[in-house]
Amino acid sequence: MTPLLELAGLRKSYGALEVLRGVDLRVFPGELVCIVGPSGSGKSSLLRCCNRLEESTGGHIIVDGEDITRAGVNINQVRTRIGMVFQQFNLYPHLTALDNVTLALRKVQGKSPAEADALGLAALERVGLADKANNHPAQLSGGQQQRVAIARAIVLQPKLMLFDEPTSALDPETVGEVLKVMRELREAGMTMLVVTHEMGFARAAADRVIFMDAGAIVEQGPPAEVFGAPKHDRTRAFLARYTAGH
Amino acid sequence: MQGFGKFLETFFNAEVAARYLPDILSGMAVTIGVGLAVTVTGLAAGLALAILRAMGRGWMRLPIVAFVDILRALPPLVLIIIFFFAFPMIGVEMSAFTATWLALSLVLAAYAEESVWGGILSLPRGQTEAARSTGLTWWQTMHAVILPQAIRIAIPPLTNRVIAVAKNVALGSVVALSEVLNLAQSATSAAGNPTPLTMAAAAYLVIFIPAMLGARRLESRFQWRT
Amino acid sequence: MDALLTNFFNVGVFKQVLPFLLEGLLTTLGLSVLVIPLGLAGGLAVALLATQGNRLARILVAVYVDLFRALPPLVLLIFIYFGFPFLGIDLPKLLAVALGFLLNNAAYYGEIFRAGLASVPAGQMEAARSTGLTRGQALIHVVIPQAVRNVLPDLLGNSIEVIKLTTIASVVALPELLRIARDAQSLVYNPSPVVLAALIYLALLWPLVRWLSRLEHKNLVAE
Ligand SMILES: Nc1ncnc2c1ncn2[C@@H]1O[C@H](COP(=O)(O)OP(=O)(O)O)[C@@H](O)[C@H]1O
Ligand SMILES: [Mg+2]
Repeated sequence: MTPLLELAGLRKSYGALEVLRGVDLRVFPGELVCIVGPSGSGKSSLLRCCNRLEESTGGHIIVDGEDITRAGVNINQVRTRIGMVFQQFNLYPHLTALDNVTLALRKVQGKSPAEADALGLAALERVGLADKANNHPAQLSGGQQQRVAIARAIVLQPKLMLFDEPTSALDPETVGEVLKVMRELREAGMTMLVVTHEMGFARAAADRVIFMDAGAIVEQGPPAEVFGAPKHDRTRAFLARYTAGH
Repeated sequence: MQGFGKFLETFFNAEVAARYLPDILSGMAVTIGVGLAVTVTGLAAGLALAILRAMGRGWMRLPIVAFVDILRALPPLVLIIIFFFAFPMIGVEMSAFTATWLALSLVLAAYAEESVWGGILSLPRGQTEAARSTGLTWWQTMHAVILPQAIRIAIPPLTNRVIAVAKNVALGSVVALSEVLNLAQSATSAAGNPTPLTMAAAAYLVIFIPAMLGARRLESRFQWRT
Repeated sequence: MDALLTNFFNVGVFKQVLPFLLEGLLTTLGLSVLVIPLGLAGGLAVALLATQGNRLARILVAVYVDLFRALPPLVLLIFIYFGFPFLGIDLPKLLAVALGFLLNNAAYYGEIFRAGLASVPAGQMEAARSTGLTRGQALIHVVIPQAVRNVLPDLLGNSIEVIKLTTIASVVALPELLRIARDAQSLVYNPSPVVLAALIYLALLWPLVRWLSRLEHKNLVAE
């Protein structure tokens, strides 16, 4: 099987600071891969290179067979095939939930307003928020906002979804509803790359867990292995700190 | 009582008022026309400058910041006088209308750029990133996500500024622009009575009090942010 | 290019008129130092009446503020300076200018102070009163200092506007910088003096504008 996402020797530096030191990673269709690791280890940078919100400084990023680091690639078209969900939701406060979801349908895919609204409502339905279509973000709870943000991404029918700590900014009682939507997405066959500190979610839902530290993948494997019998001291130390802290 | 009668006869002389009403009305038309022209060109130019500055080409920023600073620092009357009296010396003739309109448009553009730019700056980076992650181009992001929010943030400071700059149309009287104040001054010396000046003051109030009330409504309409 | 140099940046003319322009600058500065504190005091009074006064006072102050914010200051000044003599009241130029500026500035500074007073939480007044301070003491020692700090950028911004506004005194022939420059222009028949005046205004006000810009952006980041 060919991977849907392949990173080959991916490097990223901010000035003199190298935050990704040659990362190799393959994500296969239908897989849910969780990335865990200490803060500052380069998890967000890795994710943001995958849709070129950050420009990588070396290596290759191949999405669905296409090297997106090549010159001349239409990055905006590529981005509609890669959905992204942010820690801070980043909903547009001046637009209703429905307009948040349909903006790219109309602007990038050129859909008619009626068609965009129908697709947008269906996407909101999938995250259980069709009844909030006409609310502005300020009228929604954190969990609801994040679900709208997920709808905004999936409405474009991406092949790959990137999640950067999607529950870290949420009140504890709304974390569950977002994780539930993510699990349903996975069951529907979505390929997902998720940076998270929700170890319970990673253990239960992930096909594979990746532990990153200092800009490199330290180890990876099925959750049971990485959480149950970590091979590296650094992984063990991180997990010990994390389970103690929570 | 006699003093009050004299006061009324001096500043509210009905006969003089009737005689010069047509002048005042034509002056009002000029004031409103120049004020509207300044508002349209000033806001459009300010918005364009803010967008250029956001495009972030290094060599663009410095001239824009310098332009904004200079026009915020220069008294508008000095600008009008330079345009009207000095530019003809280097072969650039300007009518009183052009000099007043151009000077005030430039001033308003500087303030508008500053307000819109402030609005753009105050938006979280995540807004751009979210829009770009769904495939919107830079320009689509600017147009559909950033500017609608930045302009709403800019509206309260801008409405006051628009009115303050439009009121400066009265400065055009110094270069004999035939707006209200200028005509009223001529009428006052012709009539030997200051009633036209009272009418000029009233005319400016008639124009700008509704403008201020309208601005206030606009502001409250756009206060959707929490 | 040559025409530009001889007419706008004529060094000979610059040298000739500079001493007079500097005298005009002194008058501009003196005028500013007179009308800004007057306006600040008037504005504070307006704001206190608007927030602490009884209903009648509040209504009157609101009407006053709206009227004088709608009236162009030049119209006001001309009205005072050219209108009053018809009543047999001959105001000296400086007094006419000061009166016009006071009426205008008190409205603008008043709005700023009012916003500042509104930004101080009611709990501040209550806390001060609970320790036995009178209403006046609480205002002076607790509320007003916080109010002023909260609107410092706006006060600076308005003061820059006031300094720029002193140019309208040239219309009643008060010998401030612009007036002197215009008189010099007609004497030497060359606009360089006005250009030099513009440069002097820039040198005076640009640092203040930069400072203001930094204050404003600092507030943006802090929000
Ligand atoms: N825009 C940036 N400019 C400079 N340094 C950055 C930038 N973004 C992230 N970094 C640095 O890169 C490193 C990795 O950051 P990040 O990818 O956000 O890590 P993580 O998501 O694992 O916490 C950190 O040291 C961070 O300070
Ligand atoms: Mg991160």
